[in-house]
Amino acid sequence: MAADGSLAGAALRRGAPNSLQRFARRRSSIAVLMTTPLLVIIIGLVAYPAVYAIYLSMLNRRMTEFVGTLNYEILLESETFWMVAFQSCFFAITAVLLKAMIGFWLAHMLHDIPDKGQRKWRGMLLVPWVIPPALSTLGWWWMFDPSYSSINWLLAVISVPEVPWLGHHWWARIAIIMVNVWIGAPFFMIMYLAALKSVPEQLYEAAAIDGATGFQRLRYVTLPMMANIISITVLFSLIVTFANYDIVRVLTNGGPRDLTHVFASYAFQVGILSGNIPRGAAVSLFMFPILAICAFFVLRSVVRRNKEQM
Amino acid sequence: MSATAMNRDVPGIYHKAGSLRAERRWALWVAYISLTVAAIIFLAPPFYMLITSLKGSAEIAGMTGSPWLVRSPTLENYVNIITSPMFQRFMLNSLVITACVVALTMVVSVLAAFALARMRFWGSQMLATGVFLTYLVPDTLLFIPLYQIVGGLGLLNSIWGLVLVYPTLTVPFCTWIMIGYFASIPKELDEAALIDGATWPQMLWKIFIPVALPGIIAATIFAFTVSWAAFVYPTAFVTTPDQMPLTIGVVSQLVRADTFAWGQIMAGALMAALPPVVIYAFLMDYYIAGLTAGATKG
Repeated sequence: MAADGSLAGAALRRGAPNSLQRFARRRSSIAVLMTTPLLVIIIGLVAYPAVYAIYLSMLNRRMTEFVGTLNYEILLESETFWMVAFQSCFFAITAVLLKAMIGFWLAHMLHDIPDKGQRKWRGMLLVPWVIPPALSTLGWWWMFDPSYSSINWLLAVISVPEVPWLGHHWWARIAIIMVNVWIGAPFFMIMYLAALKSVPEQLYEAAAIDGATGFQRLRYVTLPMMANIISITVLFSLIVTFANYDIVRVLTNGGPRDLTHVFASYAFQVGILSGNIPRGAAVSLFMFPILAICAFFVLRSVVRRNKEQM
Repeated sequence: MSATAMNRDVPGIYHKAGSLRAERRWALWVAYISLTVAAIIFLAPPFYMLITSLKGSAEIAGMTGSPWLVRSPTLENYVNIITSPMFQRFMLNSLVITACVVALTMVVSVLAAFALARMRFWGSQMLATGVFLTYLVPDTLLFIPLYQIVGGLGLLNSIWGLVLVYPTLTVPFCTWIMIGYFASIPKELDEAALIDGATWPQMLWKIFIPVALPGIIAATIFAFTVSWAAFVYPTAFVTTPDQMPLTIGVVSQLVRADTFAWGQIMAGALMAALPPVVIYAFLMDYYIAGLTAGATKG
């Protein structure tokens, strides 16, 4: 490939009348030319920073000395860090499970109603996903506002006592999960709906003739047919949720008493706001193993899916 | 469905004949009830934002009665926010950044996707996988090293620093879905073009782009919504208000005021959320195609 490119380049320099055309027709040289910008972005802005982050995390605070794994050791000894790790996992797992279940339920309900109405409902139900998360979270923040919470007002109608939404750490965690589920459930819904529509109708007919109940149809036809999409969506959402920053930043900013920080917001707090870039890099790199495992499985599902289609 | 028809022909043999139809009607009721409940919950926050944005500050400060109703609606908040030079600046920044990023993304990803989908070359398969992996790397993993890199280039506190880093959010996914769309175009088309003496760039420009236009629109919408809504990078890289895009501008600058001007904040947030929502309203099918393409096409 490289030889091709240089040959064509040499031909160009010689200025033969036909060489430009030949160059334009040579497959590999032009293909490399076309992928160069992509390579520059992937290598320069993703791969290099990722490696650079590892190097950064091994420097001291002023970035003058190499300190090895000291930053990691300090983090592993700090109580706050373990709190952050717990909160990140708790948040990601709970939120993804809820999103997956709500999305699955709604996709089924959408699939059940006549085709004509589906578009309208789908349009309405996807709105939370369309609004930029930072802005809709702002709206949620105002709904949780302690002095005039509109949610508490609604709860008071059914005589539920006032909830200290962002004041108490467990309620704050629940609030963060609620907002994340609100934003993410429509995405699951739309993915599952697309998958549901791709299940051939004949399979259901065959199942119905064999006398399958609704539950059996779900268990033996729908779920196996959708398994791949479900796993891709869940794993992908696990990555995005685990690395979430917007909601925590807007809603609680880590408070009360740093108990609602997730990895991303804690890395931001330590790295950018407190100016300890190496330690912040170390915090965010702790996300890497979990993300890598998820990415591995996503990739496997996608490859398997591609093979099925071919 | 065929079971119902069959059962109707032989009444009395299958007890289920009547119950199947009843079951179906019941399922429809459950469906409509769940969808209505979901729609109310999903639309309540934006609705509440709208209600708040229509209230005067006296009404918000009053804190009496139902917060979900507006007694004396006023457009004062919208007038204030639109005429505020700070907000205009945020809007302008967002527009410039998004326009640059979308243009850059589409050029890079269409070129690369064409090469990866049609011109098999050494490592093309691996690169396609690499593109997908890059898409799975979240921005929160990269913002600290990028902070150093952007700082080293002297682009902190500048919208151009954001234009530089946003493609990491948009390019991988757009390339990935464009590969899917290009791969679905029949090979006969390019063979015919090659026989007619078309060069590869001509083939891309005259055949692939027009044929894959729906995919290009979907990818453009994706790039637009992602760069409009990006939050981590601008929060990390920009601290001077006159270089802020809308998301972080609304969140950090409007909220900063001591007496929270909730009406104005909500009006600002709604105005900032408007462009993606409008695009979604008019191009819903493309929007959804782009969203689901990652899993169903790839």
